[in-house]
Amino acid sequence: MPTAVEYCSSLLGSPVPISEFKGNIRLVIPAEKIYAVLSGLKSSVGYDMLCDLAGIDYLNYPEATDRYAVLYSLTNTSTGERVFLKTFVNDPEPELPSVVALWEGANWMEREVFDMFGITFTGHPDLRRILMPDAFVGHPLRKDYPLRGYGERHNFPTLTRAES
Amino acid sequence: MPLELLDPAADTSLDSEYLYTLNFGPQHPATHTTLRLVLTLDGETIVKAVPDIGYLHSGFEKLGEDLDFNQYVTVVDRMNYISPVANEIAWVHSVEKLLGIDITPRCKYIRTILAELGRISDHLLCVAAASLDLGGLTTFFYAFNEREKVYDIIESASGQRFHPSYCRVGGMMNDITPDVVQKIRDFVRDFGKAQADIARLLNKNKIFIERTKGVGVLTREEAINRSVSGPVARASGLLRDLRKDEPYLAYGELQSSFKVVASKGGDCLSRYLVRMGEMAESIKIIAAAVENIPGGAMNIDVNEKTNIPSKQETYRTIEGLIQHFELFMWNRRFETPINEVYGANETANGELGFYVVSDGTGKPFRARTRPPSFIHFALFPHLMEGHQISDVPAILGSLNIIAAELDR
Repeated sequence: MPTAVEYCSSLLGSPVPISEFKGNIRLVIPAEKIYAVLSGLKSSVGYDMLCDLAGIDYLNYPEATDRYAVLYSLTNTSTGERVFLKTFVNDPEPELPSVVALWEGANWMEREVFDMFGITFTGHPDLRRILMPDAFVGHPLRKDYPLRGYGERHNFPTLTRAES
Repeated sequence: MPLELLDPAADTSLDSEYLYTLNFGPQHPATHTTLRLVLTLDGETIVKAVPDIGYLHSGFEKLGEDLDFNQYVTVVDRMNYISPVANEIAWVHSVEKLLGIDITPRCKYIRTILAELGRISDHLLCVAAASLDLGGLTTFFYAFNEREKVYDIIESASGQRFHPSYCRVGGMMNDITPDVVQKIRDFVRDFGKAQADIARLLNKNKIFIERTKGVGVLTREEAINRSVSGPVARASGLLRDLRKDEPYLAYGELQSSFKVVASKGGDCLSRYLVRMGEMAESIKIIAAAVENIPGGAMNIDVNEKTNIPSKQETYRTIEGLIQHFELFMWNRRFETPINEVYGANETANGELGFYVVSDGTGKPFRARTRPPSFIHFALFPHLMEGHQISDVPAILGSLNIIAAELDR
């Protein structure tokens, strides 16, 4: 069975960019190939579990060229190996294919990334906000969303005593 | 979520004439914390269950980007507040991995003991609450008696009962006293009896077994497909335990003292039995660790410039004072590599991981949590299909959902 790095390189047709730090292997996959790579890693390399799916906003990060990253953390449950795949997406319409068809566990994780970062997952069966209320405007974990101060709250309708 | 969005009439596959919608929670005795389920019922059978979460969302991950590595310890405490020390240990584990800190052997053993005490405390609550929801009140008292002792130990060690904030990057807040060791020994000695009491009440209890056996079955394939970890996965036959697979802290040295508990059933009863088995194994780990706590310093040396010096060192030595200022002034703080790291611990609920992205400053650029409760609650609609409404507390209780960790 090929390793994840060999498999990704052969699928992409060129050596995949690898960064390794403290035993974590991270591969950067272009957004248009991510679905093919993930489904290949699941079916032919044995990475059968999607351990985590997270969004990261790289605004003002040193030497970053892209805005958002989505991190897929895969685990091989029979050998215990892990691999981290990162794919970058950019404004104005950050979009990625949904992997719910591959792993049902991605359902809520993709909803959370959509809620917090505004990254759309095409093909997701039920892409709604999950942690924030539906009426909420903005995506709280984006770096340009203010941590404190006059934020989005002023957009909510105000009830007066007469209306309540 | 407005109810009209979940209106079963909108779903053409469900004939709305026979069905009605029941709001289960957010405040309901059997949900324990602030969970809300929108159940579509056909008589007493659940046709569709839609969880609605976010009631306790308090932006922990956003806060993490504004607090430094030691300050965020107090926030992770509040995630899984049933076993707060285990969260702290997982967080500082990731940060120490990022900074390349190797903690002292004594600290490794103390953290291992505290993590296992946290696991026992968590499993006790889960077992107790599950049985309480199914009508067994006495188990609850037996279990909470023991949990009180765990709180006592943590209080004597750190000064705080509930949210101890005991861990620091590179060590602990302070060293433990012989009194704590004695309390841990007493706990280990007495726990077996309490656990046997609980087992006698539940293991052959006809009502308990009938309400849990074959209820909420999760197969091994589904468990892998749905990213499940921890006791829920092991009850479905997925043999994965980070304590064995990726040994951290002192688990590598204590390998021979414990086994991985697993079951093939995948139902609520298996989850209960796995949790009971894990408590017995945790006691073995604590018993082995508490008699082998290495001597020496608790924290790494002040000259390593990564841990907060003790008050004694801060006030009495020049190195300690300088180090204290270095870590507390906003323009100094930690020097971190511009890189990212994932560190995971096996906590009571499953794999609790932190993905820390650092931009070279003293604050994490991104502190992503992999929350086991969030992933396990996503299972709920799947487990609930075709069951009766009285199975809701049984399944919820067996998954051990902690809403603060779920919503963060």
